[in-house]
Amino acid sequence: MGIRVTDISKSYKNVKALKGITFDVKEGELFGLIGPDGAGKTTLFRILTTLLFSDEGEATVAGYDVVLDYKDIRQSVGYMPGKFSLYQDLTVEENLNFFATIFGTTIEENYDLIKDIYIQIEPFKKRRAGQLSGGMKQKLALSCALIHKPKVLFLDEPTTGVDPVSRKEFWEMLKRLQKKGITILVSTPYMDEAALCDRIALIQDGGILEIDTPESIVHKFPKALYNIGANNMYQLIRSLNNYEHLYSVYPFGEFVHYADKRPAFNIADLAQYLDAQGLKSFSIEPTKPTIEDTFMELAKK
Amino acid sequence: MKRFIGFIKKEFYHIFRDKRSLFILFGMPIAQILLFGFAITNEINNVDIAILDHSKDASTQEIINKISASKYFTIEQFITREADIEDAFKKGKIKAVLNFEKDFSKNLIKEQRATLQIISDATDPNTANTITNYISSILKNYEQSKNRSIELDYQVIPETRMVYNPELKSVFTFVPGVMTIILMLVSAMMTSISITREKELGTMEILLVSPIKPFQVIIGKVVPYIFLSVINAIVIVILSIFIFKMPVQGSLFLLGAESVLFIIASLALGILISTISETQQTAMMISLMGLMLPVILLSGFIFPISSMPEPLQVISHIIPAKWFIVIIKGIMLKGVDISFLWKESVILIGMTILFIGLSIKKYKIRLE
Repeated sequence: MGIRVTDISKSYKNVKALKGITFDVKEGELFGLIGPDGAGKTTLFRILTTLLFSDEGEATVAGYDVVLDYKDIRQSVGYMPGKFSLYQDLTVEENLNFFATIFGTTIEENYDLIKDIYIQIEPFKKRRAGQLSGGMKQKLALSCALIHKPKVLFLDEPTTGVDPVSRKEFWEMLKRLQKKGITILVSTPYMDEAALCDRIALIQDGGILEIDTPESIVHKFPKALYNIGANNMYQLIRSLNNYEHLYSVYPFGEFVHYADKRPAFNIADLAQYLDAQGLKSFSIEPTKPTIEDTFMELAKK
Repeated sequence: MKRFIGFIKKEFYHIFRDKRSLFILFGMPIAQILLFGFAITNEINNVDIAILDHSKDASTQEIINKISASKYFTIEQFITREADIEDAFKKGKIKAVLNFEKDFSKNLIKEQRATLQIISDATDPNTANTITNYISSILKNYEQSKNRSIELDYQVIPETRMVYNPELKSVFTFVPGVMTIILMLVSAMMTSISITREKELGTMEILLVSPIKPFQVIIGKVVPYIFLSVINAIVIVILSIFIFKMPVQGSLFLLGAESVLFIIASLALGILISTISETQQTAMMISLMGLMLPVILLSGFIFPISSMPEPLQVISHIIPAKWFIVIIKGIMLKGVDISFLWKESVILIGMTILFIGLSIKKYKIRLE
């Protein structure tokens, strides 16, 4: 009853945006689509919100077919596009009132649903939407998408361009909404947000790499992973890339994540090699793979 | 219905918060009507002319007095030599020179004929023509007053009477034209821009994924502009009646009804434009180039249709503004009723239905 996507494909002129995508979102689930820009996330959202036709495949949202029952879907979903799409010349309150009216409801009727979010922007309710900060705009957009108590909520990159504090608050809100029984499909390019979803689909170049819970996904990383730090990052990465037993190396914040080919890997061997390369005051510690590591690993194939 | 009212309310917020659209809506109509009424005119008034009088006798003096007494001409200077004519024109102030031949009176009495040369500055051909005509008619008048005593065997005296605009005021022909342009522009351009703005800002995406129906969006966009265009039409009529003393011979009610019909036709055209343009800029360009120019050039507003080449005359038939100008000129100046205008009205209604039909067919309920 949540979302069911079967073999959806879509091409624009000569670009294949989606290549036979299949997945299910259970009712009441918080499902994340994780992938870089241009992976096809927005196209998928537009197909599911009845804004685009797919070339092949079928999809249902809340039990309705996206082509045949598009009118029913438009009644029962909330959609927040990637681009801020509210009326900039209307105030916060007027925007919310407008969306409440066109969905045939009032702010009062569903106030309990948006209360947590709206209460944060209420002090600015007389301000024009165009003059809000990025985080506040997103809160307003979410309030507008929620005002009619949708069964399914589509959020296309809701935290892009939002400061870290607001991003954290935003995800806490999504968790609370999920408890109220709303199915949520959210897309993001930020891997750290993926861990907050029930299940995620890693998506790249219009295809799904993996679908699972965030915990299981990180377990799919095939090797042991090490956190290596050094005073000279550039030289460190170059040295590791030349190391004969290298499996993978990616910069990760102020460290690099390193995996070795050999099943019986000894930290001392690598330390000796790095020392020979002239690197000083380096540290090597075992670490747990993150979703980003897994994504990089899967995307390599 | 509540949805619909909410939508209209939102449209009014947009209009009243955007200074640019407010100016186009209310500043432009008034500015245009005043400009066309006062500044842009075909009539001539107080035209500066020069006199080169070689005879300086009673007859030439009489003619010069007659000319300078009329409100059309002001005698700016007297020239003494033929060679100075060129210079006088080059200074640009005078528009015509009257050159009386030598012994004007003597010739007139002796030979019953004398020559007066009218040289006019034809850089502006229309004005030059008008000036020559005016001077000729003053001379004719002089001739007739002299001939009163003499009996001629044959004489044809044309007795002209200009009907519907006896004073030949050009503002009377401009008002219907300006009214047409303004209603067309406000209705078609403003609606097409306001619909494409929703596309450009992405709000159309949200409106599509909502229970509001496409026709409610369109009607919601159109209603505020019908209302504002009617106010505009009323302002224009009031201005033309009170400032330019333009008569409205026919029924005001009919004028109102036909204006509403034309407004709806223009709005439908605006919606059609918005369905084929993706950005506000395209919508504006199409409205300006595709609507304004034909309305000004081919609707018979400035240039008479009957003197256009055949192909252009055919094209003029498909311009809604042409029919509306015929209608309002009929009502305002001739005072005719619907029995004379039903053909034009039916054509306008037909065009409106066509535009609405096409827009419904072209309106996208999805993004592609």
